[in-house]
Amino acid sequence: MSDAAFPARAATPARTAAPRGRLLDGPAGVAPTRRMNPKRIMVYGGLIVFSLYYLLPLWVMVMTSLKGMPEIRMGNIFAPPMEITFEPWVKAWSQACTGLNCDGLSRGFFNSVAITVPATILSIAVAAVNGYALVNWRFKGSEVFFTILIFGAFIPYQVMIYPIVIILREMGLMGSVWGLVLVHVVFGMPIITLLFRNYFSSLPPELFKAARVDGAGFWGIFLRVLVPMSLPIFTVAVILQVTGIWNDFLFGVIYTRPDSYPMTVQLNNIVNSVQGVREYNVNMAATLLTGLVPLTIYFLSGKLFVRGIAAGAVKG
Amino acid sequence: MARSGPPLRLFQNWQAKLAATPMILTALVVFIGCSLWTVVYSFTNSRLLPRLDFVGLSQYERLWSTPRWQVSIENLAIYGICALVLTLAIGFLLAVLLDQKIRFEDGFRTIILFPYALSFIVTGVVWQWILNPDFGLQHIVRSMGFSGFTFDPLNDPNLVILALLAAGIWQGAGLTTVIMLAGLRGIDEDVWKAARVDGIATWKTYIFIILPMMKPVFATCIVLISAGIIKLYDLVVALTRGGPGIASEVPAKYVYDYMFGNQNLGQGFAASTMMLAAVLAIIIPFALFRLGRKRHV
Amino acid sequence: MAQALRAAAPTELDGISVSIRDLSLSYGSVEVLGDLNLDVQDGEFLVLLGASGCGKSTLLNCIAGLQPATEGQIFISGQNVTWAEPSERGIGMVFQSYALYPQMTVEGNLSFGLKNARVPKDEIRRRVARAAETLQLEPLLKRKPAALSGGQRQRVAIGRALVRDVDVFLFDEPLSNLDAKLRAELRVELKRLHQNLGNTMIYVTHDQIEAMTLADRIAIMRGGKIQQLASPDVIYRKPANLYVAGFIGSPPMNLLPGRLEGNRFTGPLVADVTGYDFTTRPRGPEVVLGIRPEHVRTGAAAEALPIRAEALVEVVEPMGADTLVWAQLGQTPFRVRMDGESRVRTGDRLSIGFDPASLSLFDAASETRL
Repeated sequence: MSDAAFPARAATPARTAAPRGRLLDGPAGVAPTRRMNPKRIMVYGGLIVFSLYYLLPLWVMVMTSLKGMPEIRMGNIFAPPMEITFEPWVKAWSQACTGLNCDGLSRGFFNSVAITVPATILSIAVAAVNGYALVNWRFKGSEVFFTILIFGAFIPYQVMIYPIVIILREMGLMGSVWGLVLVHVVFGMPIITLLFRNYFSSLPPELFKAARVDGAGFWGIFLRVLVPMSLPIFTVAVILQVTGIWNDFLFGVIYTRPDSYPMTVQLNNIVNSVQGVREYNVNMAATLLTGLVPLTIYFLSGKLFVRGIAAGAVKG
Repeated sequence: MARSGPPLRLFQNWQAKLAATPMILTALVVFIGCSLWTVVYSFTNSRLLPRLDFVGLSQYERLWSTPRWQVSIENLAIYGICALVLTLAIGFLLAVLLDQKIRFEDGFRTIILFPYALSFIVTGVVWQWILNPDFGLQHIVRSMGFSGFTFDPLNDPNLVILALLAAGIWQGAGLTTVIMLAGLRGIDEDVWKAARVDGIATWKTYIFIILPMMKPVFATCIVLISAGIIKLYDLVVALTRGGPGIASEVPAKYVYDYMFGNQNLGQGFAASTMMLAAVLAIIIPFALFRLGRKRHV
Repeated sequence: MAQALRAAAPTELDGISVSIRDLSLSYGSVEVLGDLNLDVQDGEFLVLLGASGCGKSTLLNCIAGLQPATEGQIFISGQNVTWAEPSERGIGMVFQSYALYPQMTVEGNLSFGLKNARVPKDEIRRRVARAAETLQLEPLLKRKPAALSGGQRQRVAIGRALVRDVDVFLFDEPLSNLDAKLRAELRVELKRLHQNLGNTMIYVTHDQIEAMTLADRIAIMRGGKIQQLASPDVIYRKPANLYVAGFIGSPPMNLLPGRLEGNRFTGPLVADVTGYDFTTRPRGPEVVLGIRPEHVRTGAAAEALPIRAEALVEVVEPMGADTLVWAQLGQTPFRVRMDGESRVRTGDRLSIGFDPASLSLFDAASETRL
């Protein structure tokens, strides 16, 4: 590169030397930097307007959750609280009522943890092995099953929910946390399998061949060669699955009982319960509490989150 | 040890086959088996429990003569078209804005995408609060002096779709933006250099050169957005509960309510089969298009 | 089948390290390898050479057991290994992309195969130390592949084959990812390694310089078939067919179509080929005469030779040590490699000449050597 650049630079003065007089009339020297022109202002203006659209709901949520009910009734939802109170948060966490229970969202939080942790681990384990088998150990029909799997990702859940109720009932898992875990493993499989398949097929096939020559078997190659070098993609999968499973509502409401409802279902029941006085500040605190786990993951993971959804989406 | 003959076909690669069993079971039992089961039972008069008592198309006849289903379909169509167009337009516009070598690109992108990390339930509840007639937007504008101002989509059957759109786009447009931005970044730098040398204005380059090159990215976005639209359920439950009246009912909610609320399984199966048919109508041409393109290349 | 079994008798495989019998491989209706037979001697350095897609890497993968063959048999060190696992075949393999395990240290990379084979720890340490010494990897043992240069990585990859203490080494374009200078260095190192170890080596490449410099014998492949299997010298001097003639040599052999009547060749030039060493008599009069650009003499040196002609110089490419001249012989392009000292210019008329012993004649229809 630098070798090629050198003669070109050397040639320039020689060429400009002859018509120097004429050239000097035109612009010379460093081009002026245009810091802010109308175009830039439009770009930033547009982005700021959209940012307001995206940020205002978050702002309103936080502000409302820190106000007392009297202040809410009097004031402006956009205004910051005159008197900050954390009582709505305490109430949302430990006292808010859903149906018969009045022990707040904490129950839903722990249910969601109990669902999300095993479902994430299991679904990723299963999908990673699937992806590995699909790339490195193809067998007759493996691509057919994979195609069905990817098509399945587009089937509306409503078509499959009832037969799954029957299957779970037959397995004795209906209403339990483990039944819901199984459902999440099944419905997470297409996208996560795709993610791993794409990742493993991007690795040099020679690596796999070298490991076979070195005498490693199906599990040896997977666990000792591929998994240790796939940490980024595992992180992406964890991000995708934790947020996806945590945010699920439909499966939670169908396949669990009230005492094992995940947080989203409980939140909906608190906010949209018909009885009692509506406590908007408690509702907002509950909403923020429910969104806290995926939001934390989102802000901590930054680019990996983007990479995850882009990898899942673009190649799909 | 050296073997003299080839290993048996069935046992060749048996570990991979064993490891892929969950995938095979999911594909065959859940995705194919369960879907077919529902389709078959949609021709029965199952009520509280599924029964194989075939009644032909009568569930479908009833479905299409139920006003709530008609409203649901109409809502889905209006919401779907608006959401698709708006999401694509906003997504592309934002992607182009983000692509202008701006400062704080990461910051803006983080802001635009964060709602995507939130559940529809959270989204619905937040927008329910912002659109609350007594405290939210309407109240603010009125208190600024426009006392006649009325904007109460949650209680106006004609405007309730607007509420769903505002919330739905707030949650989902970030994803489209990110995918489109990746698409824009994937376009060869030389195209831009050539356009600059030819003296084509930036906006013209975007519309006449870049946009046609983004066709595959748009196709991907359309499929993703459409799949999301058809599944639309949580947001409605959290934001409007189908109200006011039945003004914001959607098919997915119809299915759920008939299966688990009204104990009329047959109706639920018929409605969900209609949803499946709608998805197939979108997916199959797209798959054929992609398959055809792969063959040509 | 019975014949194949008899062929496996140990006596017949004496001195033969790798034997390939009637090997074929097809994907559906596409034939990748067709009915291949190949015997590699103990301690031989065999190069599989060909353009990309000729099946050379596929053949190597079949030998390694990474690609099951459709038909045929493979013997390594007297054992029928046609259906054996790669690790059971007594082979070591080196890949183009190095294929080092990125999360393991150099030591871990070298010992991974031995650990899988449950070799005792002391033995592993001893073999790793020996390989590291042979390849000068000792100071790098605790590093990860990412911290190594391309040449060092390739040495680790070779070391991984070395520690396995096997009879047969397989190389799949091992030097193709390196820059020209490093490639030349490692080429010499590989040759030295082969001389010291004396193992059988099968080496796939598309680079004819590598093939010519390293090989005891070269197998030139095309379309899944071996075109010629011979020593580099024979391949260079007596290419078996037009494909090999055009493939080997840079710039390639000049190929002049014409007619042969008796010993008189008529084409872009007229030549008396008396003195040419015919292997078969020509079947028809249509032939192709081949002469390497470096075997063409010019000027005064040409005067004394039996075949002479005059060519018109079109383009001159001075390359330092020698000069390449692109000329026209009538209407036919003709390349001449001249001494670097010679001064030729575009438009010059160049008198050329060559010896019948240095040319090649091919039958135009079957494209095989006469």
